[in-house]
Amino acid sequence: MTTAAATADERVAPVGLLRRLLIRPELGAVVGAIAVFVFFASLSPVFRSVDGIANWLDPASTLGIMAVAIALLMIGGEFDLSAGVLTGTSGLALAMLTSEYGWNVWPAMLMGLALALTIGLFNGIMVVRTKLPSFIITLGTFLMLQGINLGVTKAVTGSVQISGIADAPGYELARTIFASTVPFLGVQFRVAIFWWLAVTAVATWLLLRTRAGNWIFAAGGGEAAARSVGVPTTKTKIALFMATAFAAWLVGTILALRLTSVQANTGIGQEFIYIIAAVIGGCLLTGGYGSAVGAAIGAVIFGMADKGIVFAGWDSDWFKFFLGVMLVLATLTNHLVRRYAEERRR
Amino acid sequence: MTEPLLEARDLTKYFGSVIALHGISTTVRAGGVTCVLGDNGAGKSTLIKILSGVYRPDAGEYLVDGEPARFSSPREALDRGIATVYQDLAMIPLMSVWRNFFLGSEPTKGWGPFRRFDVVAAKRLCRENLLRMGIDIRDPDQPVGTLSGGERQSVAIARAVHFGARMLILDEPTSALGVKQAGVVLRYIVQARDRGLGVVFITHNPHHAYPVGDRFLVLNRGRSLGDFGKGEISREELTRMMAGGAELEQLSHELERGADSKVAAVGRDLGESAQHLDAASG
Repeated sequence: MTTAAATADERVAPVGLLRRLLIRPELGAVVGAIAVFVFFASLSPVFRSVDGIANWLDPASTLGIMAVAIALLMIGGEFDLSAGVLTGTSGLALAMLTSEYGWNVWPAMLMGLALALTIGLFNGIMVVRTKLPSFIITLGTFLMLQGINLGVTKAVTGSVQISGIADAPGYELARTIFASTVPFLGVQFRVAIFWWLAVTAVATWLLLRTRAGNWIFAAGGGEAAARSVGVPTTKTKIALFMATAFAAWLVGTILALRLTSVQANTGIGQEFIYIIAAVIGGCLLTGGYGSAVGAAIGAVIFGMADKGIVFAGWDSDWFKFFLGVMLVLATLTNHLVRRYAEERRR
Repeated sequence: MTEPLLEARDLTKYFGSVIALHGISTTVRAGGVTCVLGDNGAGKSTLIKILSGVYRPDAGEYLVDGEPARFSSPREALDRGIATVYQDLAMIPLMSVWRNFFLGSEPTKGWGPFRRFDVVAAKRLCRENLLRMGIDIRDPDQPVGTLSGGERQSVAIARAVHFGARMLILDEPTSALGVKQAGVVLRYIVQARDRGLGVVFITHNPHHAYPVGDRFLVLNRGRSLGDFGKGEISREELTRMMAGGAELEQLSHELERGADSKVAAVGRDLGESAQHLDAASG
């Protein structure tokens, strides 16, 4: 009897497929992605070819890995401004240990991972212990890392760049796994794209189908209420900072292995782009709402705009302008649609 | 007569030199509703915080199932089956009803790293539990923020019952609600009572307390004005005690003595209300 009542309730107006789609947090990003694709595809035939797609999915992938991690963190109610420069720190650690100290690539990568996770742990503990805004804490970390990256690199190598990863033992295997290309439909796709898809899938599963996912939404949506029913919000938040650090390590490693050299200023300025991609993907700045898939699609918009402007033969200086427009439009769409969909639901 | 679920004896609590509670005694029985009435600052919150394990009393004791108990945290109270539903701290508005329902105690299935939130079971159990309480939520997928205040309280009550509460402490569940919504919540209080739970219902509205209550503890400035069974006090007496009829009269005299005619008029009005209350209770 309960099941019969559970399946049919006369007060639930049949919610159409359209409205079910409309209330998804990803909506703004999907609409934006389609619009941007149609726009550049109509301007440039290369853009819409498989070759072109492989081309613009590449920047989308490394950005997307970070955007997904940042999205989870933002749903948990926190920011991480040090994530961008941490990709540089991880890459520099790998480059320095291999080229300056002759390490094998694999232990050097593990060292970089340990370093990144430690920094993530530091961010997390500082935020939950001091209860200061994560914006300030991680801004501090950001500036400290920026100084360390430059200072240590200069002190060790005498320049602002470390190269020579390719000569280290273990490089070939690491390159195959993290920085090679995979043939698909007759075109070479960067392997980073598959890492990005895997990260997005795992993050989505975690968020929607595990206890931890429930806790992430709760930590950002109402921390005091969550704690009162026994959700370990501090552990959840620390884990989110460490997950972000892991993503930064992954991206830093991929880029370092691909370019075989790392600039000391790698990643500076990227932190806001991650946040923008997450927001385009439907994350609320106030936490408690958002999606990993949305952030991944937000990253696709960036990739398309980044390469599309070049394919269309424009000056790439316009990229930032384009981003600004996309950010405002996507956020506005999200806002309006959510309000519309929820009003109709009541 | 059955053993009371909870019995409070001469509970006293100081905050520095402030006497927040003094000599409060009452009982809560399974299948009974004990109403705690009082105006702002009467000590209602201090009392529930003692009963729910947030504070320890400075004097007096409370017995759970006839044995002296001393909770050092809300978790301990919860383990003994005493659950508190706070007015503002119940739910996370952006999350769906079923996610809120199981928050912190999610059912899982699977093994090792693939252990996952059993979403299907959670939705079904949420729905069933709400129906059993007589709460008919339109769609468990809708965010709690789209529920009305009364529905939100009701879901929080159903959640506490599902997770093994034998005694519910409800902190002003009706105070922020309209007449109709308050009625909805009162119905769930009765539901909980009929299922054999003990309920402590904190309110400042005697009209909400009287129809559902079996015992009435009236607090004023940290002291008990009395702990009555339902047969020992009428609704009017309760109302008068709550409204402080005597205080109203005194206030009206003071105002009437004032020179300003407008203030005097207010005083006369107050005096009349006080007389009405007197007449009603007499």
